[in-house]
Amino acid sequence: MKYQTEFRDPQLAKGLLETIAATVCDYPQVITLMEVCGTHTMAIYQHGIRALLPEKIRLISGPGCPVCVTPVSYVDHAVALARRPETIIATFGDMVRVPGSSSSLLHEQARGATIKIVYSPLDAVTLAEKNPATDVVFLGVGFETTTPTIAGAILTAAGKNLDNFYVLCSHKTMPGPMAALAGDPELQVDGYLCPAHVSAIIGANAYQPLVDAYQVPCVVTGFEPLDVLQGVLMLARQVINGESRVENQYNRVVKADGNRKAQELLKQVFEPCDADWRGIGKIPDSGLQLRSDYARFDAAQQFPVDIEPAVEHQGCLCGEILKGKVRPNDCPLFRTTCTPEDPVGACMVSSEGTCAAEYKYGT
Amino acid sequence: MKSDVILLGHGSGGKLSHQLLDDLIVPILSGIDQRDQNDAAVLAAQHGRLAFTTDSYVVDPIFFPGGNIGDLAIHGTVNDLAMAGATPVAISVGLIIEEGLAISELKKILESMRVAAGQADVTIVTGDTKVVPRGKADKLFINTSGIGVIEHDLEISGSNAQAGDKILINGTIGDHGMAVLACREGLELESAIVTDSAPLNGMVNELIEELGEQLHTLRDPTRGGVATTLKEIALQSQVEITLSETTLPINPSVNGACAILGLDPLFVANEGKLLAFVAEEAADQALAILQRHLHGEQAAIIGEVTATAPGKVRLKTAIGGLRAIEMLAGEHLPRIC
Repeated sequence: MKYQTEFRDPQLAKGLLETIAATVCDYPQVITLMEVCGTHTMAIYQHGIRALLPEKIRLISGPGCPVCVTPVSYVDHAVALARRPETIIATFGDMVRVPGSSSSLLHEQARGATIKIVYSPLDAVTLAEKNPATDVVFLGVGFETTTPTIAGAILTAAGKNLDNFYVLCSHKTMPGPMAALAGDPELQVDGYLCPAHVSAIIGANAYQPLVDAYQVPCVVTGFEPLDVLQGVLMLARQVINGESRVENQYNRVVKADGNRKAQELLKQVFEPCDADWRGIGKIPDSGLQLRSDYARFDAAQQFPVDIEPAVEHQGCLCGEILKGKVRPNDCPLFRTTCTPEDPVGACMVSSEGTCAAEYKYGT
Repeated sequence: MKSDVILLGHGSGGKLSHQLLDDLIVPILSGIDQRDQNDAAVLAAQHGRLAFTTDSYVVDPIFFPGGNIGDLAIHGTVNDLAMAGATPVAISVGLIIEEGLAISELKKILESMRVAAGQADVTIVTGDTKVVPRGKADKLFINTSGIGVIEHDLEISGSNAQAGDKILINGTIGDHGMAVLACREGLELESAIVTDSAPLNGMVNELIEELGEQLHTLRDPTRGGVATTLKEIALQSQVEITLSETTLPINPSVNGACAILGLDPLFVANEGKLLAFVAEEAADQALAILQRHLHGEQAAIIGEVTATAPGKVRLKTAIGGLRAIEMLAGEHLPRIC
């Protein structure tokens, strides 16, 4: 992992920090930059970046943690499916602990449901192959980074003629919510650190319509500390010069047009749909659903189940945190009622969640 | 042994049980042909203080790169005794076997327990075997308890870390947890990650003999990893601990696998590592002791103790930032030991 040391070089970091400080020192206002992606949030905390930046740069966390923006109703749906007999719920680890209205997958597992944590959607296909008498439901949560692998898993299951592999879809896409937040009069975002891995799929050009509509600077930025510092510097320069452009700091991975093959795979299996975002609400065309040709893999269509009415926990500020309007310490539940051991909101559960990051790394 | 797998009858207490004990377990574990027919092992009374510990092992899979559940169980209990500053004397072994376990696998595990006990210079003096129906356990669970004797008057304890202390570790962090995880999940890595499971009592004896009162705290960072163990010590001793990211020894494969899976090596379990808190003036000597040891070649000084913010653990990051380190919350990696 050469990349890990090269992009954490203390001397280069010091130089970048000095340049950032010199760039913003005469600017009359505080520059508010939103890191959209949960991995950015984690990296910023993990490396202690916020405290190293000048006071004129304010970093706020955005809606880019897929587990965090998944609505309570989805967790309730997964819980209802987990209660079906002869069912295996296959999921990435974080979803297991996200509280639903009255239960969570972790609680259902303790009561006898079969929940399997997988590291790839293809592992869920293998589970289905090995358990032909059981319905395997994969929880399809994530952005463009993971969705192509889920499309691949569905095509693999189709190729193997599996009739017991399903996906409960809650796929979301960028940059819809960034536009929603850019248009929010209560929120002043001066620039976006655009997600690294999502951009590797959708391409840097995908942010051009956002820049055209809202004149907000966008810099596609990598996840290592030097990437983040350089991204911040590029955004600060745009803000100070009164510019709004798409720039690509992470050009060692992200191309202007993205990954065409992955995009085609997505198009083949999924089609855009409106999606509910926790804290933000419904955003048109910001989700992905299975095309009718693949409806037989859709757990929501294939298994009608009773889902309890969704109840958000009173006092949980996840929604406001996901919009960058408040910080975890502003939430009365943070560190008191809501902890990683007994989380109230998804932001405390996910390894990419802002509250989990603040709890784990905040000084 | 007629059957090549464990049958329920092997745990019945009857003929098959006797056969299993006399033909396999006792000769391998104790190295003697005939077992003592008494209900308890009798040990000579020891001078000084005794240390007593117990631990159960449920690791999945039971064989992993560099070790298996058997040597892990011996190392774990030996190390728990060593961390109290005790010299391990006697160990008990309780086996809970799932019906159907291959005798050949059990034999291999018992043999490695014998080797591990030999390396740690400790005797397996008593044991118990139960067999449960298929599906009621997962292949094999092992409980080991150990007694050790403390032959000195030093207070080596988690509540004895002192401001000014330097913190040492005897090698790379996170190897065991990632070795088991990579093996269990079939992760294909460029170079295999091997467990660090090893007995540390020899190394501890040398630290005690050569450092004496300058050795304040010893702890093995097993489940919860280095981060959780240091947080425990910070709370117990009411001191502040500051780690330096650039000095943390981490195997590149472990770093890579952690990066892929979103894990932090600081929270990943070790089974052959110790954290030693020593007086500042003894730090270089302690480092030399660790480094001359087989299991300490990559030893390093990774942090220091101050009195500023009692109970806090902080990490100075490579780029000069500062972040807090908290205890592991929830289940990180299930069944790694």
